[in-house]
Amino acid sequence: MVSGTGVGVVETRRAVVFSGDRPLTLASGASLPEVEVAYETYGELNADRSNAVFICHALSGDAHAAGIHQGDDPNRPGWWDNIIGPGRPLDTDRLFVICANVLGGCKGTTGPASTDPATGKPYGLRFPLIQVRDLVEVHRALLRELGVERLLAAVGGSLGGMQALQWSIDYPEEVDGAAIIAASARLTAQNIAFSAVAREAIMRDPDFAGGDYYGKERRPDPGLALARMIGHITYLSEESMREKFGRRIQDAEVPRFGFDVDFQVESYLHYQGQSFVERFDANTYLYMGRVMDYFDPFEDPVYVQSQISRGETSFLVLSFDSDWRFSTEHARVMASELRGAGGTVTFQEISSPHGHDSFLFADPPEYHRTVTSFIDRLAGQRGIGSRGDA
Amino acid sequence: MRPDLDIVASLVCSGQRVLDLGCGDGALLENLINERECSGLGVERELDDFHACISRGVPVTQGDLEAELPRFSEGEFDVAVLSLTLQAVRHPDRVLTEMKRVAARLVVSLPNFAHWRLRATLTVRGRMPVTDSLPYQWFDTPNIHLCTIRDFESLARDLGLGIDRRILIDATGNRVGGLANRAPNLLAERAVYSLET
Repeated sequence: MVSGTGVGVVETRRAVVFSGDRPLTLASGASLPEVEVAYETYGELNADRSNAVFICHALSGDAHAAGIHQGDDPNRPGWWDNIIGPGRPLDTDRLFVICANVLGGCKGTTGPASTDPATGKPYGLRFPLIQVRDLVEVHRALLRELGVERLLAAVGGSLGGMQALQWSIDYPEEVDGAAIIAASARLTAQNIAFSAVAREAIMRDPDFAGGDYYGKERRPDPGLALARMIGHITYLSEESMREKFGRRIQDAEVPRFGFDVDFQVESYLHYQGQSFVERFDANTYLYMGRVMDYFDPFEDPVYVQSQISRGETSFLVLSFDSDWRFSTEHARVMASELRGAGGTVTFQEISSPHGHDSFLFADPPEYHRTVTSFIDRLAGQRGIGSRGDA
Repeated sequence: MRPDLDIVASLVCSGQRVLDLGCGDGALLENLINERECSGLGVERELDDFHACISRGVPVTQGDLEAELPRFSEGEFDVAVLSLTLQAVRHPDRVLTEMKRVAARLVVSLPNFAHWRLRATLTVRGRMPVTDSLPYQWFDTPNIHLCTIRDFESLARDLGLGIDRRILIDATGNRVGGLANRAPNLLAERAVYSLET
């Protein structure tokens, strides 16, 4: 299903994109004196700098989208390796693919765990509230560092799709195509409710300490694990859970009857929660939750219309039928709002069993086939060679 | 482009917003977008055609047109096109009503089941006709609601659609005139209509 050997060994690099006399002014008006970005690139930027594709990651993602880091298990490549690489939909033989950890993240880019230059201590909850717009501004600053002025495509799933959408609204002349996958232009009350429970789980953890747990012996791990467990339930479909676990009992044939973990699905959720706290920061989880809750790019339709009609961004909006976190209805509303603003929008609902997580899978093949057609069309328009001629 | 699509295109004005239902490989919309500065959207169920649209740069929604139509908002388009597809939908009357809701004008083309060759096959041979215009066997055809020119015009009247123009064509999509204009229901293989709502 996934072709080729991938991009091989890669490394995460860092760039300071705002500092000194050039601080980052946020959409809220607040500012950050210094912003460092962790990023990776795959493939080469071409001579006319027209082949750049930016991967926007989702809530728990990072810059390591493809390939493996030196010494890593070759069977555990970056989080979106199946779509990036020679001969893959984002074909690195002819495209220059960039992925960066988002602002507010905890994987190398400035976020709540970073040191506040004003105090010399970690920001914690003194880190300003950020918006999808701010995430995009930091991506753009990184592109300036890399000498890229225009994207062939901005591509992302979930929160990543929200960034691709905002980017195309705010800077339509900089984005040839936006592939917005399993995303939403406006969270529903149910989405916000799940987000609220996850946030409460973290903030009510006694070791949360108002967000100032850095360097302390105890961190709000149980709260973060619980938040992740809740999130994970919304990422899978009922069908995929039934297929994966059914009502099977963990490590036994018969139920033990009790309040400890007994069913396989419980054990799985615990594992997801536990492994998450080892690699993620609770404050980043809070900030990203809020980034999504408040996201409302069509709030001002007059602005959106005037922006969309200025550029010639082609939109690809994809949803998955088993995704109940951002259901097809979210995608349809987004597609309709974009069209209403004068956008050219291709839309497809793909049948997939994997729920919200479908955007991370290579199956069913219809999914990558559509991404491939979309990217190839954009590349063709820019005179970038077709697959295999690079 | 297929000759019948040329005729459909000639019924669309420059700069209009066009919805092409069952747009196939997107050839008509590509032409209207590139040559006539129209903006457009196709709806297509078949995956290969959906991908052909993407490759042409034609915006398209993949799905069944009867399911998609009700999702468009009132007056979202200037023209809704249904070319050689009416006979393949489950509810032709509802489709026309929905098209009327989303667009100010409709362009509809259809095969005429009352053409003399079809009548002859049915009358003389007693078999369901298989022709250039309707090349399917009865047991394996997408065409589940065949009608005649008279049938269609009667339905259009009932739905409050005014026939603004009617162009008669043959199975290859070329215009037919002369005698066919006198007895279209007998002599025209296909018809293309421009309908006002």
